[in-house]
Amino acid sequence: MIAQAFGQRTLAALSLLTLFAAWHVAALLLESRTLPLPATVAATFWQACASGELPYHLGMTLLRLLASFSIAMVLGCAIGVALGRHAGLNAFFDNWLLIFLNVPALVTIILCYVWFGLDESAAILAVVINKLPNVIVTIREGARSLDQDLLEMAESYRLGKWKTLRHVIWPQLYPFVMGATRSGLALIWKIILVVELLGRSNGMGYQLHVFFQLFDVASLLAYTVAFIIVIQIIETGLLKPLERKAQRWRR
Amino acid sequence: MSGVHIDIVSKQHHHGHRASPTIGPLQLDIAPNQFVCLVGPSGCGKTTLLQMIAGLDRDYVGQIVGSTTRLNNTRLADTTIAYMFQNPRLLPWYSVRQNIELVFQGPVPTTLIDQLLVTMQLEPCQHDYPQRLSLGMQRRVAIIRAFAINPDLLLMDEPFVSLDAPAARQIRKLLRCLWQQRPHTVLFVTHDVREAIALADRLIFLSPSPMQTLADIAVDIPREQRDDEVAIDTFKTRLLSSHPEIHDLL
Repeated sequence: MIAQAFGQRTLAALSLLTLFAAWHVAALLLESRTLPLPATVAATFWQACASGELPYHLGMTLLRLLASFSIAMVLGCAIGVALGRHAGLNAFFDNWLLIFLNVPALVTIILCYVWFGLDESAAILAVVINKLPNVIVTIREGARSLDQDLLEMAESYRLGKWKTLRHVIWPQLYPFVMGATRSGLALIWKIILVVELLGRSNGMGYQLHVFFQLFDVASLLAYTVAFIIVIQIIETGLLKPLERKAQRWRR
Repeated sequence: MSGVHIDIVSKQHHHGHRASPTIGPLQLDIAPNQFVCLVGPSGCGKTTLLQMIAGLDRDYVGQIVGSTTRLNNTRLADTTIAYMFQNPRLLPWYSVRQNIELVFQGPVPTTLIDQLLVTMQLEPCQHDYPQRLSLGMQRRVAIIRAFAINPDLLLMDEPFVSLDAPAARQIRKLLRCLWQQRPHTVLFVTHDVREAIALADRLIFLSPSPMQTLADIAVDIPREQRDDEVAIDTFKTRLLSSHPEIHDLL
């Protein structure tokens, strides 16, 4: 077991090293501003961090992420459960869902800015509208597959609405909420950058736009690295432990 | 403390657009603190009847109301009901003990639960998750859950199926013991007549669908003799000779 784990660790490290080596060699061969050396990117990254520029823009993006993600999850759970439990509501709104699922993200973003102006609430609304249908569809699936036997048990023992929700329904929805969270974060990250690029004057998306215009590839890559690190921290530091905790009871 | 007055005009089972009658007309008056066994062929609607009494199924014509010694028509919704389903229906994400403690509205009777866990030989695994237990053990957890809340009305749907004979005998004894300590109304569905005779004050034999009462028989064996196989056999033979209409059920 230990030897195996060690082997896997080394392999992972080796693969990362290979990637960096390939990058380094390619950059040396090309000798172009459009592909800086890894060392240059690292230096730029360090400078951007030290100057406070990168943390500020990353922070703005994270704040927007947090706001839009929370709104989309709360609304999505509520609507998803409602649609999953009431066939009539579902039949009525199913087409709406289909339409919203298929509107391109860029269209929603532009429309939100056109209709509500280039401000913060329009930006967040655009992200929420893009994310919401996905959450609803996932949670609706969860609400449909609720165990009827357990709901009957809760009803006959008079657990009441709140206790039933907390102890009987929520644990069954949890895997679906985690699924929506995972896919949602991946989606929101990407959309939020476009939102910032089009209509905000701070945040990662705005910065990337600036670097694009300046042809500053080193900074572009430095910000990307920061991005990857943050996502990994959220994934391993927050999502995986949450998931493990919820799966304890499984055989 | 709570009796049940059942008056079902008809209960239909819907499949697609067709509907077929499953229960009724059926009138039953269960006196407070009576221990009643419902005996009938499988598929005759016994489980449906329990679900209707528990308020899980309201799609029928007729009424089911509670009655106490003081008031005549109480709402069944106000009585404490414990329902033992055919399958254990434990929450897999909670431990055995959490599953039992969940059903209490007020304070949790820790000592009572401890006692019951010991009696059911579940004390060592009280902190395990249900999926790690055998089906027989899960059933015993469900039995503790039903007993521990001290219900006014206890509904049991073939609770001892799939338990081995000694375990079933032991739990039957415990059920009787608890019932004598704190009398409450029990509706017990079974197709095992010997089990029914050993437990009940009153046997109600039910016909195949649409379910109606075939026979309503009081069991007059004294409580102390309920463990006596001979007494039960004698009663069963007498029952058969005096009620030829229930012959098919036995």
